[in-house]
Amino acid sequence: MIGIVDYGMGNLFSVSKALERIGVPYIISDKKEQLDKTDGLILPGVGAFRDAMKLLDETNLSEFIIEQADKGKPILGICLGMQLLFDESEENGVFKGLGLLKGKAVLFPGESNGERYKVPHMGWNKLKFHQDSPLTAEVHADHVYFVHSYFITGEERDALVASSDYFEEVPAVVGKGNVFGMQFHPEKSGDLGMALLKNYTQYVQNTEVEV
Amino acid sequence: MLTKRIIPCLDVKEGRVVKGIQFVELRDAGDPVELARAYDQQGADELVFLDISASHEGRKTMVDVVQGVAAELAIPFTVGGGINALEDMKRILRAGADKVSLNTAAVLRPELIREGAEYFGTQCIVVAIDAKWDEEAGTWRVYTHGGRKSTDKLVIDWVKEAASLGAGEILLTSMDRDGEKSGFNIALTKAVSEAVNIPVIASGGAGGSEHFTEVFTEGKADAALAASIFHYEETSVKEVKAHLKNEGVNVR
Repeated sequence: MIGIVDYGMGNLFSVSKALERIGVPYIISDKKEQLDKTDGLILPGVGAFRDAMKLLDETNLSEFIIEQADKGKPILGICLGMQLLFDESEENGVFKGLGLLKGKAVLFPGESNGERYKVPHMGWNKLKFHQDSPLTAEVHADHVYFVHSYFITGEERDALVASSDYFEEVPAVVGKGNVFGMQFHPEKSGDLGMALLKNYTQYVQNTEVEV
Repeated sequence: MLTKRIIPCLDVKEGRVVKGIQFVELRDAGDPVELARAYDQQGADELVFLDISASHEGRKTMVDVVQGVAAELAIPFTVGGGINALEDMKRILRAGADKVSLNTAAVLRPELIREGAEYFGTQCIVVAIDAKWDEEAGTWRVYTHGGRKSTDKLVIDWVKEAASLGAGEILLTSMDRDGEKSGFNIALTKAVSEAVNIPVIASGGAGGSEHFTEVFTEGKADAALAASIFHYEETSVKEVKAHLKNEGVNVR
């Protein structure tokens, strides 16, 4: 059973529908006691970092997510949800994240070698795999759908599973221990996105969490 | 690197796709979900649904359409038409759409762009612009109400304003080219793409694969949208992409 964390932001509908398509049971909840009973969490997110962290703090879900991660429960952050897993973000000021992964979210400069380029990074970009991960088992590097203006930098190299090139090296899949993130939207990334999501749910199934 | 996007556009009225869709393989050419799936299979990078319902009931039906598409497909899509307030955006985005497109409502009240961007993030807010060449002004003018009303806004000023208010993308339709099949408006697309730092979707005038190459290379578009040439199977997304690949344009 997957628990989709409902803290008031994010496109829960398409994530939950994607899980239905691959036949994985899930609940959508903002209640700790319900989420605690699940085998793995998904932290979705669309919108601004500050607002999302504020909501997570107000509902004490940030504390709860950190506890869950500490006891070994798999967690997957998607898009903004991935950025929330890191130390901090520079989106509209400097704001603290959950601190489960090292690194921070910074704005695409929009300029490279004197050439201007478009921000947000929006559309289909190709993944480049850096190391093996349960998430990328038996999938081939192809295109996935990104929409974001901030990207993660300063991550630990051994946490970088896959990246994409958009004038910067953009961490696309990250993972350390039981904590994972995808900067793109797997639920919107066709067959590859669905395969990655399925790999995560498979990993959740195979992971024993102490209660 | 990021690929150039090909985006078929579907007009939806009271929950049904209208304007002669002629896909032979479809059982029901009016079913938005079935059509969306057909385009997904052809390799469409995104879809745009334009709600042209005149009635309040029709608008409500759009929510069901959005849920249906989001439940079935794993590609992003935008919904435009009849989005006049933050409440409308919430309705559509919560039903599973990835972006909403604002047109007339944003011209009448530009703050709407900011409200949407602050609530959902800039990436959810597409500003659609109907542009027509104004001989007297020597530049393009913004039209509203489905191209029926001229405004006092010039296109280049308006895109800059929209971008500064938080638009995440511009959907630019050339009224001079729309339906002509003589190619996208390259000069307009290039001028807009260079005026702002957000992605620009070119629309209006697609008649064949070569027009897509042109709008990406010379027009500097980030994406290109077309309706009738795809609906009538004059070409397919697959064919256009094969052509683009051949011409050295990066596509998925």
